[in-house]
Amino acid sequence: MKSTINYIAEIFRAIWSLLTGMKVTAKYFFTPWNNVTQQYPENRDTLVMFDRFRGEVIMPHNENNEHKCTGCGICEINCPNGSIEIISKSIVNEEGKKKRIIDQHIYHLAMCTFCNLCVKTCPSEAIVMGQKFEHAYWNRTSMTKVLNQPGSKIMEGIKE
Amino acid sequence: MAFEKYDFTPLTQAIHKALIENVSPLLTTIIEWTIIGVLFLLFIAIFGLLLVYVERKVCAAFQQRLGPMRVGPWGLLQTIADFVKLLMKELITPKSVDKFLYNLAPFIVIIVPFLTISVIPFAPGLQALDFDIGIFFVTAVSSVGVIGVLLAGWASNNKYSLIGGMRSGAQIVSYELSVGMSLITMVILAGTMQISEIVELQRGGWFLFKGHIPAVLAFFVFVVAGTAETNRGPFDLAEAESELTAGFHTEYSGIKFAFFFLAEYINLFIVSAMATIVFLGGWMPFHFGDWAAFNNVMDFIPGLVWFFIKVFGIIFLIMWFKWTFPRLRIDQILTLEWKYLLPINLFNILLMATMVLLGWHW
Amino acid sequence: MAEIKIITTDEIKTDEYLVNMGPQHPSTHGVLRLLVKLEGEIVHNVEPHVGYIHSGIEKMTEALSYPQIIHLTDRMDYLSAHMNNEAVCLCIENALQVEVPERVKYIRTIFDELQRLASHQLWWCASGMDLGALTAFFYGLRDREDILDIFEETCGARLTLNYSVPGGVMFDIHPNFQSKVKAFIKKFRKTLPEYDKLLTGNIIFQNRTKGVGVLSKEDAIAFGVTGPTGRASGFSCDVRKHHPYSAYPYIKFDEKLGTDGDSFMRWKLRMDEMWESLNIIEQLIDNIPEGDIAVKMKGVIKLPEGEFYQRVETGRGEFGVYIVSDGKKNPYRVKFRSPGFSNLFTINHIAKNWKIADLVAIMATFDLVIPDIDR
Repeated sequence: MKSTINYIAEIFRAIWSLLTGMKVTAKYFFTPWNNVTQQYPENRDTLVMFDRFRGEVIMPHNENNEHKCTGCGICEINCPNGSIEIISKSIVNEEGKKKRIIDQHIYHLAMCTFCNLCVKTCPSEAIVMGQKFEHAYWNRTSMTKVLNQPGSKIMEGIKE
Repeated sequence: MAFEKYDFTPLTQAIHKALIENVSPLLTTIIEWTIIGVLFLLFIAIFGLLLVYVERKVCAAFQQRLGPMRVGPWGLLQTIADFVKLLMKELITPKSVDKFLYNLAPFIVIIVPFLTISVIPFAPGLQALDFDIGIFFVTAVSSVGVIGVLLAGWASNNKYSLIGGMRSGAQIVSYELSVGMSLITMVILAGTMQISEIVELQRGGWFLFKGHIPAVLAFFVFVVAGTAETNRGPFDLAEAESELTAGFHTEYSGIKFAFFFLAEYINLFIVSAMATIVFLGGWMPFHFGDWAAFNNVMDFIPGLVWFFIKVFGIIFLIMWFKWTFPRLRIDQILTLEWKYLLPINLFNILLMATMVLLGWHW
Repeated sequence: MAEIKIITTDEIKTDEYLVNMGPQHPSTHGVLRLLVKLEGEIVHNVEPHVGYIHSGIEKMTEALSYPQIIHLTDRMDYLSAHMNNEAVCLCIENALQVEVPERVKYIRTIFDELQRLASHQLWWCASGMDLGALTAFFYGLRDREDILDIFEETCGARLTLNYSVPGGVMFDIHPNFQSKVKAFIKKFRKTLPEYDKLLTGNIIFQNRTKGVGVLSKEDAIAFGVTGPTGRASGFSCDVRKHHPYSAYPYIKFDEKLGTDGDSFMRWKLRMDEMWESLNIIEQLIDNIPEGDIAVKMKGVIKLPEGEFYQRVETGRGEFGVYIVSDGKKNPYRVKFRSPGFSNLFTINHIAKNWKIADLVAIMATFDLVIPDIDR
């Protein structure tokens, strides 16, 4: 007799535990306004990344097409993956002295792991992390970027 | 009664009369068969695709997602696009399969819903076959499907498929018993196995309400066993995704895979339809006691609509099971059948028989 | 009459057969290969084959400077990225005898616990999926998103954080950090009971896990099993308690210990740890002291000659960093002691004679991260 009661009690306990689970899913089924899906390409206009989001390395230029990079190469040394290449050139300035300045700051996006070490160690704060995250390209060569814009100069007053 | 005006009998009779007056009886039969065949083919294709869409939307809603949204408005054309993709895919036959059985299996699986659907009354007068052993026919035919699953598992020459096929065999053979017995319980109450008559008997009230506790118990058992029979949701051992990748249909591609896929959803419809017919009064509208006004309003809704409302209700319940519960283990599934459902069923039949003998039901 | 030959069951010969679970298999969560010897559905032998995602991180570190090593440790146990970062940082700081500011300790500990929560949430939903409850998968990921947003706002990355640097942290916490964490705790305290309702209390789930894959305390110690998996067997091995680091000495928390060592206990223990993590964060979040976020380190960090070891508690167990330095700017040799590796190799011992579905349940409750095993 006792085992029969246990048998029946077991069935009811089991059904109760199943119903509790079904209550949870039902709660979410009947509150569709709580859905968490974001429809990505449609919400592009409202989609704002956080300021610190590490999307890619960029070199900000001011309105006179000037940047802060001195071409010192510290970012190149600190990059663990070799995704930064600095090509410098020498010019003769007004005083007639020879001076090394940056020719091309090459950034291989395909190799970058977004570790932020280049930005952190840059002494002149010339490079920062940009918020762009759509990095799909048809061609691998498009993932190699030259960060300093053509014809750009170094900003006044940046120590070398 | 008001809902009689939705009867399809005059329409079918008129078609039959027009045919028999103009062509020979043999040709009439052939034309009628063709019409019915084409209609069922269309119904199965369209309803199967619709069910896949509904399933994806329902599961998305349970999971706080949106589901398919890209193809067509609210993703309505998504399943059609998927179906077209499957049609165009290459039919891959792996090297060391048993070619004959491998190709045969999907057809066996898809034939079953075609056979079973013929006895289902969608609306008054809208039933292809009306046997006096309708219920018996359904239980007999629906167990053919497992042969297809077993063949697919065996012929694929894949260990995962074999395990899936064997699990499915053990499971369906066991649960066939429960489905049959819960139907027998209701046959005792109805006193007939003819499906049209079972529906007709529920004019005064659905069997679920008429049959007291045994009917409710039988309904509960039928839904659980039916879920198991269709290889769905917590009982989807045969294709247990996280254990056997895809189970018995791992090696199938293209339209053959689509057959398995479609058969699963049509079987879901058939189980729900059987539950509707036997327990929820088929196409009968919902009546409540003496509320004449309420009952009259209910009568104005056509029987076809009533039938599909009830079917979708049961389908939703079975989907709810699937998207809530974890999967059982094979021995636990068999334990559930032989130690719980079967004794309950046997006891239930006894209870129902006593009740009918003593005339306790309404 | 023809004679009928009766075949007894002893005469029917059955064979064991081999099944490869993985490297591509839904339940191995990555490229782990288990060579399973089955008889019918019964598992007779499990042989784990690792190395499919071996990335040679230990060797790579020998060519990198110390700050550069840290970002590679994100990629080992990607669900415990911050704990791995911290382990390397602590090891370097101990070698150089640097005392980090109090603020750094607090921030690191809060990040540790948030990361542990995120890791356990992913474990919860992924094992739910392994056991066939697909809806659980989406609920877990939904809640994990909140933590990842907090990470992203403060340090710009969601998974591979690289937030710790030798001597401190990379950024100061975002002004919204504290309010967001508090809002998350409030929200998650409401959703966590739902996890229990959906799976822990469910009869099907309990039948699948109770008594399955029992790992005894002796075996746990012998195999070097750590983390929640070891604690479920009653092996007190919480590094946070026994060798406290960062801000753990300042706070009160319990080390949860299980008794049974079965799959259900492992599950229950991780659920309890989530509650405990919430308590730890609550103790710290309002008391973050003001101060610097890093001590000034030299441009090129050189460790003194010698051997250094530091261990931390990750989401999966004890993670150790062993650095051999010859005084140069690169380490001579680095060895990572990953918890997943020791945990995985108990699987043959405990999955034997269970069904193949139980093997999946056991693997689910072990919480394996494959890059952590292969490194």
